[in-house]
Amino acid sequence: MKNARNLPFLATLIVFLVAYGLCTLQFPNMFSTRVIANLLSDNAFLGIVAVGMTFVILSGGIDLSVGSVIAFTSVFVAVLVGSFGLHPLTAFVLALVLSTLFGAGMGLMIRYLSIPPFVVTLAGMFLARGAAYLVSTQSVPITHPFFETIQGLYLRLPGGGRLTAMAMLMLVVFAVGALVASRTRFGANVYALGGNEQSAALMGVPVGRTIIGIYALSGFLSGLSGIAYTIYTSSGYSLATVGIELDAIAAVVIGGTLLTGGTGLVAGTLVGILIQGLIQTYIVFDGTLSSWWTKIVIGILLFAFIALQRAIIWYSNRRLADGASRGELRGAA
Amino acid sequence: MQTTLISGAITRKLRRLAPQLAALFAILALITAISPGFLSVTVQNGRLYGSLIDVLVRAAPVALLTIGMTLVIATRGIDLSIGAVIAICGAVAASLVADGYPLVAVLVAVTAVGLVCGLWNAVLVAFLDIQPIIATLILMVAGRGIAQLITEGVILTFNNDDFAVIGSGALGGIPVPVLLWLAAGLLVGLLVRRTALGFLIEATGINRRAAMLAGVQARFLLIFVYAVSGVMAALAGLIITADIRGADANNAGLWLELDAILAVVIGGTSLNGGRFSITASLIGALIIQSINTGILVSGFPPEFNLIIKASIIIVVLTLQSPALGFIAGFFRPPGAGQPIGTASGEHRAADKAGTTRTDRTATSLSTGERAS
Repeated sequence: MKNARNLPFLATLIVFLVAYGLCTLQFPNMFSTRVIANLLSDNAFLGIVAVGMTFVILSGGIDLSVGSVIAFTSVFVAVLVGSFGLHPLTAFVLALVLSTLFGAGMGLMIRYLSIPPFVVTLAGMFLARGAAYLVSTQSVPITHPFFETIQGLYLRLPGGGRLTAMAMLMLVVFAVGALVASRTRFGANVYALGGNEQSAALMGVPVGRTIIGIYALSGFLSGLSGIAYTIYTSSGYSLATVGIELDAIAAVVIGGTLLTGGTGLVAGTLVGILIQGLIQTYIVFDGTLSSWWTKIVIGILLFAFIALQRAIIWYSNRRLADGASRGELRGAA
Repeated sequence: MQTTLISGAITRKLRRLAPQLAALFAILALITAISPGFLSVTVQNGRLYGSLIDVLVRAAPVALLTIGMTLVIATRGIDLSIGAVIAICGAVAASLVADGYPLVAVLVAVTAVGLVCGLWNAVLVAFLDIQPIIATLILMVAGRGIAQLITEGVILTFNNDDFAVIGSGALGGIPVPVLLWLAAGLLVGLLVRRTALGFLIEATGINRRAAMLAGVQARFLLIFVYAVSGVMAALAGLIITADIRGADANNAGLWLELDAILAVVIGGTSLNGGRFSITASLIGALIIQSINTGILVSGFPPEFNLIIKASIIIVVLTLQSPALGFIAGFFRPPGAGQPIGTASGEHRAADKAGTTRTDRTATSLSTGERAS
């Protein structure tokens, strides 16, 4: 049973390795730490937010507001640093506090007003985007020595690749996320909620606290992702990262997490991000393909993985049923 | 006898629509208080003009989408793909018109494309048993790529006055988009309410398993609702494309699915499926468009648009939320009252386990609707 549940993750990993192998056969240059390091750096902000999305989806919910929160954070930080002359670190802390409170507020509405997560986070998406417009509708550039220091930080990999600070941050977030999901009480509560909310409540899972914690975590990671995005682009723009929530959800689903909740791995989401990055890298290397193929291929992949998940669930249910009937026979004998 | 029956039905209908109508009138009154010219309607060149007419015209795409979305949500589903379907249909329409195909051929082809998109979703939901939100997410992600494939990455423009009539023409003084969504709403509304279709759709939404055991062809109903949703998206795509005389694969219909879902939710149809009202959803669409137009004519800086819209939506949602059921209960017809505070998670969980359940919608159905 445990193996069957991890099958989607294994399938995703195999698809990634095979696809990467095929890509390197066609373009030997793609097999280098430079390409891998760039792939990680360019998708760092997406990866960070996808970790939060993984927790939300594991609990059986959804968070549509993340793209808007990233845009709000980036504009907010840019204006605080640029116009008010605050030190970036102070601005970062303020932005993280705001985004976490925002997430917790959505969790409160979901829990205590019993409005579906889809609708609450949809309203949150409009609200955060509107707040970003209020801060500034212009693209605000940032020039601050602190930003240049962070952008200059990198780890040189063998083969010439540069693992930037943002890529490292994303990997740390993934590692911490995986630990929290698998090794803490909070993580177990998230899985329990996603499996069956009623059973979880009956078993003594603090449903309200967990739901608010999940959306606060997603808000916090959206804020962190916004900071990473601000450093990545050296600017804040309220129209940025429209629709990034779709990419995050796609990464989570491709990574083998069931959208019904309860089953999935944080590590799978990392592979989901890598697959999306690989498609983009391949399109850049090829040079003749147009960027819209990214969307079509991701759509096809989504379909393939969802179909695979259905097949696995169907198969494991049948085995469960078989096992149950065999058990009954043995009991009768 | 006949008249009392009819007047009874009308009173019931009005009671059901009271919160939505009250919200709509409150918003219209607020806008009129801020900018007094809002309600004036004039006739120029044999066509009605005015901010109020503008609300009706601009609401057309969302109103059309809302019709399909209401049915989909009533089956406990959701259709995220309609924005992308609009982009695909717009791209097909623009390329066919630009190639000089006759208008009728274009209309038939575009409607067929919308139908195929709807059927694709239906197959995933009804036969592969994929959760609607993911099933339609596939087309939502891939759809814009397909639309760009058709337009080859450029914004396709055309010059065809016959086709442009769909977006900006008028018939008997009334703008064509308004006629289109009124006609579509009336047609679908009559189809589901004058036959058993609507009732069976509600049964499927409340408990698909139980409905199937009772002999309801749930698969056929699912195919029907997603097909309607696809065709409505095609019509909305035609209006948008004809209006701007071009197809923009990236931005046509962007986030309209979210507006449509909001309209349905504001209209009081539960995302948990069951009881639905197309009329209430259409009023929901008008509420959203009144907010949009109202903010524009009130002269607020455009930066405020989204935050005002979001605030109003949050207020409306909070007032309608099950936890604040006592406020909503104030507007409900007597007899449809139900215990306050049935946790929505409870029946979500119960349904996931595939067990039968009696929830708010089910009880109100049996007590409220059947009493009529």
